[in-house]
This record gives sequence, C-alpha cells and structure tokens, in this order.
Amino acid sequence: MEARKRFVVTEDPISVDEVSSMVASPEYGAITIFQGVVRNRTGARKVDHLEYEAYTEMAEESMAQIDQEVRERWPEIGRIAIVHRVGRLNVGETALVVAVAAPHREPTYEALQFVVDKVKESVPIWKKEVWEDGEAWVEGPEYRRS
Amino acid sequence: MKVTVRWFAKFREHTGKNGESVEIPEGASVEELVERLEGIYPNLNVREESVGVAVNRKYVGRAYRLNDGDEVAFIPPVGGG
Repeated sequence: MEARKRFVVTEDPISVDEVSSMVASPEYGAITIFQGVVRNRTGARKVDHLEYEAYTEMAEESMAQIDQEVRERWPEIGRIAIVHRVGRLNVGETALVVAVAAPHREPTYEALQFVVDKVKESVPIWKKEVWEDGEAWVEGPEYRRS
Repeated sequence: MKVTVRWFAKFREHTGKNGESVEIPEGASVEELVERLEGIYPNLNVREESVGVAVNRKYVGRAYRLNDGDEVAFIPPVGGG
C-alpha cells in the first residue's frame, strides 16, 4: 500500500482489522494498536454523541509528519497507520485507530503512546460534545506560538 | 490580491461558512488579514493567542506575508482523538 494511504481522515466507520493490515508485513512480528472509542460521559455530563470535523488535507499531512518524527526517535519502527473518523459518532463508536508495526514489540508501546498524544495535540481535528442539555467544542492543548 | 480563508469548528459556526475569498492589499501580512476579518466579523476571536494560523497547510506567524491565492486557515485549539 502506498505510504500516503496510511494517514487517513474518513467519514466511514473504521475497521481495526483493516488498519492493522495497512501496517502488516512478513518482517514485522509485532503490531500494537490503539483504538479510541466514544465514551458515554465527560465528568458529570452524559454524552449523547460527538461531532468531529477536520481540516482534512492538513490533518493527513500532519499525521505523516508525526510518522516522520517517530522514525527519527525509534529507527527500528516499521510502519505506522493513523485513521481518524469525522462526522457524527455515537457512544461506543471508534473515532481513532493507530497501528504501529515493528520487527519486535519493545519500541512499539512507547511509539504508539507518542503518536496518540501527538494526534490529540497537533492534528487539526475538532470535536463537539453534544449532551442532553447542551453542547460545546472540546478544546484540547492550545497551539503554541513559537 | 485575493486569499482563501478556511473556517473550522467554532469559527465555521460563527461565520456560517466553510470558507471565503477575501480581498487584501498586495503583500499584506496575516496580521493585516486579521484586521480585515475583524472588520467583517467584529466578534470573531481570530486574534486569540490560542488560535494558530496555517498558510497552505503550514503553521506561520502573524507577521507572515501572504501571496495571491494563498489558503489561510485559522486553527482553534484542536481536540481530536
């Protein structure tokens, strides 16, 4: 599969198996996966559903940039796939799947955590929480001007 | 010259648009575009410290000089995952 197809913003439901197959290769003995799922509450508020939107072109480029950073820190990592869903997502639906493959498992855990943290702090994707009695954009870490 | 401004999340809801073409003087900076936008949308907080600016999908500073045809996005704090 061509590299750019491993960093994806999609409106379609995400299949963990499909994301796993994006990184699979005979030389990789480990594929470590994070699956982010819509939770039913935030603090005391009951979540009805979430609405995600993305600056898709920039988000996919930003995911490829994260892949590059991982490669510099953990040269032994093989392939990485990042798939984020947008649109309306109900409780229990999958919003994000990250898969990290390598010949051996050891570096995959740290690299996976790094990728998930970076996705949340730097990829231009927004989510609105819709509760029974209101709604709000969730503002994560702020962009830092250098 | 003209640039294309893209709106997302709270800015998209505030402006009621996904994007628009904005006429600005030749060689204008992001800061000058912000001033122009504040004239169109007096209550739009594009000036906030927490808002990033991307030109052609790369983050830039407020002093960055724009070119005709640039795509400028104002990026509110992200919240994916």
